[in-house]
Amino acid sequence: MGTMLVRLLVLSALVSAACGTAPADTKTIKVGIILTYSGPDASIGEAIDRGAELYRTLHPNDLPAGVELQLVKRDETGPTPDVAKRLARELIVREGVQLLTGGQWTPNVSAIAPLATEAGIPYVVMSSGTASTTRLSPFIVRVAFTTWQHSYHLGKWTASNGMTRASTIVSDYAAGVDAEEAFVRGFTEAGGTIVSAIRAPLRTADYVPFLERIRRDKPQALFNFNPGGPEATRVIKAYGDLGLAEAGVRLVGPNAVVPDDELKNMGDAAIGVISASHYSAAGDRPANRTFVAEWKKAYGPDSLPNYFAVGGWDGMAAIFAAIRAQGGIIDPLRTRDFLTHWSNPDSPRGPMRIDPETRDVIQNIYIRRVEKVDGELRNVEFETIPSVKDPWKELHPEGTGGGR
Amino acid sequence: MWELADLLISLVFYGTAYGMILYLLAVGLSVTLGLMRVVNLAHGVFAMAGGYVTVTAMSRFGWPFLAAVLAGVVVVGLLGVALERTLYRRLYSAPILEQVLFSIGLIFIAIAAARYFFGPLAQPIDLPAWLSTRLDIGIGVFPAYRVFLIGVGGMVALAIGMAIDGTRFGASIRAAVDNRRMAESVGINVSRVFTLSFALGTALAALGGSLGADLLPIYPGYPNDYLVYLLIVVAVAGLGNIRGALYVALAFGITDTTIRYFLPDVGRVLILLLVMAVLFRHPHGFAPKTQA
Amino acid sequence: MRPTRLLDGLVVAALAAFPLLAPGYLDLGTRMVILALFAMSLDLLVGYCGLVTLGHAAFFGMGAYAAGIFALRAWADPVAGLVVGGAAAALLGLVSGAVLLRSRRLTLIVLSLATVLVVQEVANKMTWLTGGADGLQGISMGPVLGRFAFDLLGRVSYAYAAVVLALGFLLFRALVDSNFGRSLVGIRENESRMHAIGTPVDARLRTAFVMSAALAGIAGALQAQVAEFVALNAVSVELSGEILIMLILGGAGRRYGAFLGAPVYVFMQDYLAREDPTNWYLWIGLMLLAIVFFAPGGLTAWLGALARRLGATRS
Repeated sequence: MGTMLVRLLVLSALVSAACGTAPADTKTIKVGIILTYSGPDASIGEAIDRGAELYRTLHPNDLPAGVELQLVKRDETGPTPDVAKRLARELIVREGVQLLTGGQWTPNVSAIAPLATEAGIPYVVMSSGTASTTRLSPFIVRVAFTTWQHSYHLGKWTASNGMTRASTIVSDYAAGVDAEEAFVRGFTEAGGTIVSAIRAPLRTADYVPFLERIRRDKPQALFNFNPGGPEATRVIKAYGDLGLAEAGVRLVGPNAVVPDDELKNMGDAAIGVISASHYSAAGDRPANRTFVAEWKKAYGPDSLPNYFAVGGWDGMAAIFAAIRAQGGIIDPLRTRDFLTHWSNPDSPRGPMRIDPETRDVIQNIYIRRVEKVDGELRNVEFETIPSVKDPWKELHPEGTGGGR
Repeated sequence: MWELADLLISLVFYGTAYGMILYLLAVGLSVTLGLMRVVNLAHGVFAMAGGYVTVTAMSRFGWPFLAAVLAGVVVVGLLGVALERTLYRRLYSAPILEQVLFSIGLIFIAIAAARYFFGPLAQPIDLPAWLSTRLDIGIGVFPAYRVFLIGVGGMVALAIGMAIDGTRFGASIRAAVDNRRMAESVGINVSRVFTLSFALGTALAALGGSLGADLLPIYPGYPNDYLVYLLIVVAVAGLGNIRGALYVALAFGITDTTIRYFLPDVGRVLILLLVMAVLFRHPHGFAPKTQA
Repeated sequence: MRPTRLLDGLVVAALAAFPLLAPGYLDLGTRMVILALFAMSLDLLVGYCGLVTLGHAAFFGMGAYAAGIFALRAWADPVAGLVVGGAAAALLGLVSGAVLLRSRRLTLIVLSLATVLVVQEVANKMTWLTGGADGLQGISMGPVLGRFAFDLLGRVSYAYAAVVLALGFLLFRALVDSNFGRSLVGIRENESRMHAIGTPVDARLRTAFVMSAALAGIAGALQAQVAEFVALNAVSVELSGEILIMLILGGAGRRYGAFLGAPVYVFMQDYLAREDPTNWYLWIGLMLLAIVFFAPGGLTAWLGALARRLGATRS
């Protein structure tokens, strides 16, 4: 074990040395990406990473001549802000990255934000939907989404479509509470009444007791938010087991309720579930058809991109555009300003652009329904709310003490 | 009035179904802990393995549900025998710290293997049509799947009870739990009893994992997620208290379901505090005191 | 490995030498130092008292949140924060110890798990105080002892943490070498006999428990101050498991276990996380099995055996 340790030390020193040098005639732009590559939430980090890598592989000639992009990856191992902060510091001080990206968890982004400000490094956030994230640092630009974009407008839509009595059940953590607030605001503003509200602990095994209670309250719609993944399936299973759909309770929620890649596990109980999202794998536009086809080619015919993947894709697109616009010489402030005015009219998700005032994303929100198409369950978009700005920031302008 | 009765029946029913899965998952652990005194935190690994075998048999080889569950039970039982003979038996007299570390190591390896072979997402399980309907069982209309769980759990509990009380093997287990040295001196091949009991324990875990796969999805994080609940059932019942494990599991399932119905916000904290209070009064659980 | 003044001095020397040997890695070094202190506190319980728990992060997290909230709302002085963190964790140790210490083995493990889960859930729910799942943000620490402000390069953080660890080690050493410490080992080896000779076993264990909690709380407070952030992962079952692994890697009950285990584990994690993040669980799992079957005393025992074989021992 002792010799192995010595070998490891030598190897790591060599590797660091090798990484430091680059061929003399190419200019290398280092971009640091911090995601969760291990542990229970690795699938999200993997999806984001794949989206980013796919963009990189499909656009080899989009960078100016002689310019190379080096993606320095670090694993934050989960919602562990101390690790994320340390990794960010390492990337900035040791690796000398010119751009930071990733941004999977709000606590981690919050920890990194002051470093980005202090070092003056633009930070392109590819995921993480808490509305106030972009206010954490003037160097943060978000290409992902905000919880309020989804849930607030879903609330409005639900009340305006014949369902004026609703109950909510959300996972009891910051993102869940945020989503609940957004839905309730939009719903009540459009004339709806909230009948009951439940907060379920994270990683609840059995949703039946909670949904049993909902069933007795007899709402017309049930809003759910959960972290996605197996938890989403548990909710759908309980929803189906208790016959809530037959009892006239429509399940609604943001994309986490029916993630594209989890749909096949949910069975027919998911049919009819309404969700609001900025991206569906089944979205019918040319850019998305290409995106999904290339994804399947690269990652397997059974694989599907989801909204995390498209965040990675668009984040990389933004970075590429910024490098191109400056001819390969990155100036942090110019990059940040460029990113703040960036737009991608042809993203797989539809048209999107960054709001210069808030450095947050403006995009279409689609109302989708789960339907069986060609024997497969898909989120089929049937209504579009165009060019949505983040409602939370509009309701809480900066400087009015609406901090959270 | 009827509303209230209807509600209580619902809570008891769903709590019993949940409790039955916990029982199936925990009873094997109670046996191995009570018998071999090995703190095996990796018990959930066998349940997860059973689930994966079942799902693979169904989706890859097209086996029907019950046959696939049987496959899971058999394969994991054999795995249990293999692991007991090679690794676990070295830990019987080891300090508890090493047993804990071994189990943690086993959990980690299992998680890595599950992720590698099956990916990080939950495995879809296609319940047969006869389990996907809703049944009217007189006192209410409930999902057939959960009725099935309660039925199977009850039958297993009965079978185990009969085996423990009525067969020679059961008697050897009881003897070895009560006083190992005495049992050996009477001619019981304790080593073989251990191996078979361990295999039985893991097979039961696999049964719980496979049958419960629709309720508790099979994914790499499985052994960690439900470990606490399994340990609670075993600790509160007391080591080796197999009959007690049934009562405790059902009580836990019903109490948990009820608390989460009435107080969803603080449900989890309350039930943990309740468990702590119970264990504070009864550190050895409700089992009759046995010899070392 | 027999503890000696020389080895004790080596530990302190290594702490001091680290920034000179690896000036670009001070962040990593600070993390190693904090986790070494945390592991040392666990050693008191696991190694010397023989009580295996999986809930020690409850005290680490308690100290972290207490120090963080104190800095945010009352006074951002680092040393004062350490005192607050340690005291809060000690209080939790007193209360939970009263409940936990009536049991052993499995029941103790279950109760410790329940404790850390309850504390985590409470921290999650009291968003107005702890920031909930988003974490406690906006902490801005004042300068240490009024003179040394925390810098971007992390030099002050490292020095501060290292001094605290060194002082903690002196305390640990004094405890373990004293009659009190020896009686703990006696309890670990044969509890009933200690009862028989009249040792106040329960009182000793409870004292050790509270001291262990306090040290863990101080480590947590350090973490909160150095990171200027506290998140729920500071009070998690995962962290409890990780710190137990670190301790075992180094060797429990052998004085230096925390100092070997924490740095090696953190280094491996940093290295493997870069090269091969997805197989991290596999490597750690295999390593644990290897330790259990081939090297139960961890690195300390292994190095000790090596030293003996090389004949480089002092009698």
